[in-house]
Amino acid sequence: MAIVSIPNAVATSERPAKSRRINRTRLPAALALLPTALIVLVVYIGCMLWTVRLSFTSSTLLPKLDWVGFAQYSRLFMNDRFLVSAENILIFGVLFISGCLILGFLLAVFIDQNVRAEGVFRTIFLYPYSMSFVVTGVAWQWFLNPGLGLEKLVRDMGFESFTFDWLVNQQMAIYTIVIAGLWHGAGLTMAILLAGLRGVDAELWKASRIDGIPVWRVYLSIVLPLLRPMVVTATVLLAVGVVKLYDLVVAMTLGGPGIATEVPAKFVMDHLFERNNIALGTAAATVMLITVVAILAPWVYAKYIRPQGRPA
Amino acid sequence: MSLKTRVSAYTLAVALIASTGALAQKAEVLHWWTSAGESASVKVFADQYTKAGGTWVDNAIAGGANARAAGINRIVGGNPPAMMQFNTGKQFDELVTNDLVRDVENKAKAGKWREIMPKPIVEATVRDGKFFAVPINIHGQNWLFYNTKLFKDAGVEPPKTFPELIAAGEKLKANGVIPLALGGQPNWEHNLFRAVLVGNGGADLFRKVYGSRDQKAAKSPEFKEATELFGKMRALVDPGSPGRNWNDAAALVITNKAAMHFNGDWAKGEFTAAGQTAGNEYGCTIVGKEPRIVIGGDVFVFPTTKDKDQLAAQDKLADVLLDPTTQLEFNKKKGSIPVRLDVDVSSMDVCAQKSAAVLKDPANQVEAMELLSTPNFSGAMQDAVTQFWNNPNMSADAFVEKVVAAMQSAS
Repeated sequence: MAIVSIPNAVATSERPAKSRRINRTRLPAALALLPTALIVLVVYIGCMLWTVRLSFTSSTLLPKLDWVGFAQYSRLFMNDRFLVSAENILIFGVLFISGCLILGFLLAVFIDQNVRAEGVFRTIFLYPYSMSFVVTGVAWQWFLNPGLGLEKLVRDMGFESFTFDWLVNQQMAIYTIVIAGLWHGAGLTMAILLAGLRGVDAELWKASRIDGIPVWRVYLSIVLPLLRPMVVTATVLLAVGVVKLYDLVVAMTLGGPGIATEVPAKFVMDHLFERNNIALGTAAATVMLITVVAILAPWVYAKYIRPQGRPA
Repeated sequence: MSLKTRVSAYTLAVALIASTGALAQKAEVLHWWTSAGESASVKVFADQYTKAGGTWVDNAIAGGANARAAGINRIVGGNPPAMMQFNTGKQFDELVTNDLVRDVENKAKAGKWREIMPKPIVEATVRDGKFFAVPINIHGQNWLFYNTKLFKDAGVEPPKTFPELIAAGEKLKANGVIPLALGGQPNWEHNLFRAVLVGNGGADLFRKVYGSRDQKAAKSPEFKEATELFGKMRALVDPGSPGRNWNDAAALVITNKAAMHFNGDWAKGEFTAAGQTAGNEYGCTIVGKEPRIVIGGDVFVFPTTKDKDQLAAQDKLADVLLDPTTQLEFNKKKGSIPVRLDVDVSSMDVCAQKSAAVLKDPANQVEAMELLSTPNFSGAMQDAVTQFWNNPNMSADAFVEKVVAAMQSAS
């Protein structure tokens, strides 16, 4: 909308002085925003449209602008690997977001009890977040590898029958990704929720103590609703992480064993860059985009569009 | 001299030449040889090019896929390097059809490339009767590396066929070692499958499956037999295999924990780095009814340019790459064998000598998957193989169905 105001500024010399003054002060701002607006339009939106367009072509190594209709999409939905990827991202998304929120909230509440050496705990809990997903993935790969890590350690301690082979077990491998993700993300959620907890009015606590409400009940029924904006922030950040999930899988399992831990982003990357199949890759990317939009649309509608339509 | 001082001395030398000779033909070379052995081998080219009066500008990008993506983007964007690496095969097909790379037919004619190089390599590089790349080496992809000590302890001979290998594996297992070390990543599982297919099913079946995508071949009893043998090999692999890197798998053989390992001849680099020599601590052999070697390798392409200096630099590079001494020195470091079969390999290790001797017979030269099939179909096959390998309950018939589906849908 910044762009729209530029021709306005030039063409409004006939208007009253007041609005001209506003426009004159807005002009530099509009100019300053212009590059950003252009980048958003051309690079982000443009590339998005380009991606969608390519998904209707038969492009392989280089983009080709023919038209094959929905052929790539029908191929995509018959592809075992894509279907497994879609299922995995659902499992990961639900467990990762809810797990991080629960764990993060519990950690925040724990630190909120005025524990001693709070700074130390805060650092410890937040520390994993400073690692890249690649480091996280490799570390957990070593730790969960049956021949190197936890299983071997416990067996060497004398428990010969101890088995923890989730990493190499097709049914369970995706949950090891969730575990590594939780380890990585819970700290950030804790930090966000802790900031919220610190903002809760002390009077509320006093009042509830007088009323004799148990502490857990206060957290659950009074504090948590107050933290709604923080929870939303954390959820959005975590959800972005879910859609982007790629490097953790590559570092930890490379999509294996078999195709058990494949995720959509990896499907897109592999087909774009390794398998010279731009069309199928962009089709998968488009499906990801549509899914994200479909999830976000009701929320955006409820938050921004509906209130405006309602009579004041 | 330590690696660091060597590298800096080298950089200095390059910088000096670059600053003194404006005439020196500057050639930026994009490749993905970044490991210790690989960079030592590419340095042979760089040194020879420098000796020939050119200036080598090294642009190494880690990871084949990354390097190719970066290079292709630059070529399409009109700012190409003078020379760029690809694997022998179809990776650069579309660059040829879009006139983005130069043909080197005049060099090929002058150097008689068609006579001195194996036919599969020539065919993989020639498009419409012209060479569009310079092949530089031959990698055998289906070698079995085995630990001689563990074989002796268990009283087994190096297996000649896959049923023999499975029987030997049982004995080794009973002796308390891992019979087969496998890098449990989809591409290595697929590499193992191809070794079984070509060894037990034969070269023709291999070509029909990967080359012409013959669905009848996929449904044939020979294909099923190879699949079942491959399936039986799951029992020879340790539970820690999934996700393992190939070099960690090779390390298991080096450290006497595992007895056998299938890999391309590039794995020799790991043994050499551990101070072992072929024929002593470890041996290498081709398993199968006939000694068929699946061959691939690397090529360099020259992106199209109008710049005369660049054209001259590219011509000089082509000469340097195929010079017999350069070929020998490069391939000793790389673990491959010279692409020119007329080079005397008696100074190379026993594995390389064996490889060169077997490949003298054209019947033993089998095109690698990269030469026969598109990256897309290879990828679809890889998805099928890794599903089969990692799911012991999947029947060979179910696998055949997946292969047929891949043949139908992959472009």
